[in-house]
Amino acid sequence: MPEKKFENIVVGGVDEGVVVIQLHRPAQRNAISTPLLAELSGCIATLAEDNAVCCVVISGSEKCFAAGADIKEMAALDAVGVLNSKRAVYWDVFRRFPKPWIAAVNGYALGGGCELAMHADIIIAGHNAKFGQPEINLGIIPGAGGTQRLIRCVGKALAMKMVLSGEFIDAEQALAAGLVAEVTEPELSLSKAVKLAKIIASKAPLAVRQAKELMLTAFESSLESALAAERKAFILLAATKDRQEGMTAFLEKRPPSFSGE
Amino acid sequence: MSYDTIEFLIADSVARLTFNRPKKLNSFNVEMHEEVRSVLRKVQRDKDIRSLLITGNGRGFCAGQDLSYRNDSTDEAKPNLGTSLEKYYNPLIRMLSDLEVPVVCAVNGVAAGAGANIAFACDIVVAARSATFIQAFSRIGLIPDSGGTWQMVHSMGRARAMALAMLGSELSAEHAAEWGMIWRCVDDDKLQQEGLDLAKHLSAQPTQAMAYIKRAINRATTNSLSHQLDTERDLQELAGQTEDYLEGVHAFLEKRPAKFVGR
Repeated sequence: MPEKKFENIVVGGVDEGVVVIQLHRPAQRNAISTPLLAELSGCIATLAEDNAVCCVVISGSEKCFAAGADIKEMAALDAVGVLNSKRAVYWDVFRRFPKPWIAAVNGYALGGGCELAMHADIIIAGHNAKFGQPEINLGIIPGAGGTQRLIRCVGKALAMKMVLSGEFIDAEQALAAGLVAEVTEPELSLSKAVKLAKIIASKAPLAVRQAKELMLTAFESSLESALAAERKAFILLAATKDRQEGMTAFLEKRPPSFSGE
Repeated sequence: MSYDTIEFLIADSVARLTFNRPKKLNSFNVEMHEEVRSVLRKVQRDKDIRSLLITGNGRGFCAGQDLSYRNDSTDEAKPNLGTSLEKYYNPLIRMLSDLEVPVVCAVNGVAAGAGANIAFACDIVVAARSATFIQAFSRIGLIPDSGGTWQMVHSMGRARAMALAMLGSELSAEHAAEWGMIWRCVDDDKLQQEGLDLAKHLSAQPTQAMAYIKRAINRATTNSLSHQLDTERDLQELAGQTEDYLEGVHAFLEKRPAKFVGR
């Protein structure tokens, strides 16, 4: 990945197939402004094409992931401004990112911050994490998938409570509800996310990407058609070198060495 | 900065909070809650503060809620005590529990109602021999709050907790120490010095380790052993990254006293 200078995010180098992106607007509690969104989406699009990158980790600081959208910026827009805003295009890049990504969340993940975390495939949270969709407090609704993803993650009762009242949940509640996969010390959420990312990055990349794609369609397909898709992907993977390597290594009682083919 | 209901000063990395409504036995009103909260926030933010000492002025430590503020006798003005806990007492207990520095409490006299349970929420509690802890709540038709029901059950067991809560009897400082509710009971005239010495000693300890110890011990009451082993693993990983750990090991090997900087 070329050394590009960003203003709102910090992007690390490739380490064992993993790249860490940190949201970096500390004075604004990482509020997701359009420039931040633009930089992040450009970065994600590039990483999607970079064969050396297998898994991405996104995080904020130890104290805050992202406390919402940039309200000042948003308040200045009228309906046409919102219509013409490129934000929807940027969010779509995240939705279409084919590789696994993990969000390490400490502190506040509110509004757009919560929506960004939910775009990730796995969330690892610090004990101090707080999730919420408080857009209702501003007279609006979540605009980047919050109404759709939250209900799929935590179920109807809790999602309704959160979105309609604007109330937050803490890390333990998020774990119990299935929104996050693990809760740990805030100082360790990033390193644990990276550790997990490296494990994923060490697996056969084609299998990983197929698995992610199939699991995401589970919310949208009938079981029948999803099972058919799973079967097709299973058959497709039988044509890969990595499947052969994986099974041979198992039978030879040695660790596999995947090539990505 | 001057306060009306408390005294607060910082000296040599030790923050000292003294409840200061002696004529009301240091009972809490809204103003006192707000002042206490603001100094606890200061302690939270100021990395140079490495321990906190809490005590009271006058003959009592803290008598809990100032009941003269609860004298609403008309039906429509019935106070919502749940709201009071939500807004004032529960955040206070949570802040004490979450503070990343050791909190010493020197109980100089009667600790009644929430006053007792605020003391129990601190990390190391020393009490004057003449001090008493009273779960006075049942005497006015209430339950122990401010974490009292939890602290008592975890520290002294169901039988004692139930009796003290239902009977509202006095728990002497000596019994409190014997039963493991507090750390030490000391002679009245030695209390303030003991509290201050403890706070000063703790302020010279590896402060990050103190914070991690606090997290580990607080979680141990509810974790399974297996889960707690994971917690210890994670916290030890963090503690091992501190400068103070390196200093501690070097000092040990060089057979000299360690000088901890608190990070």
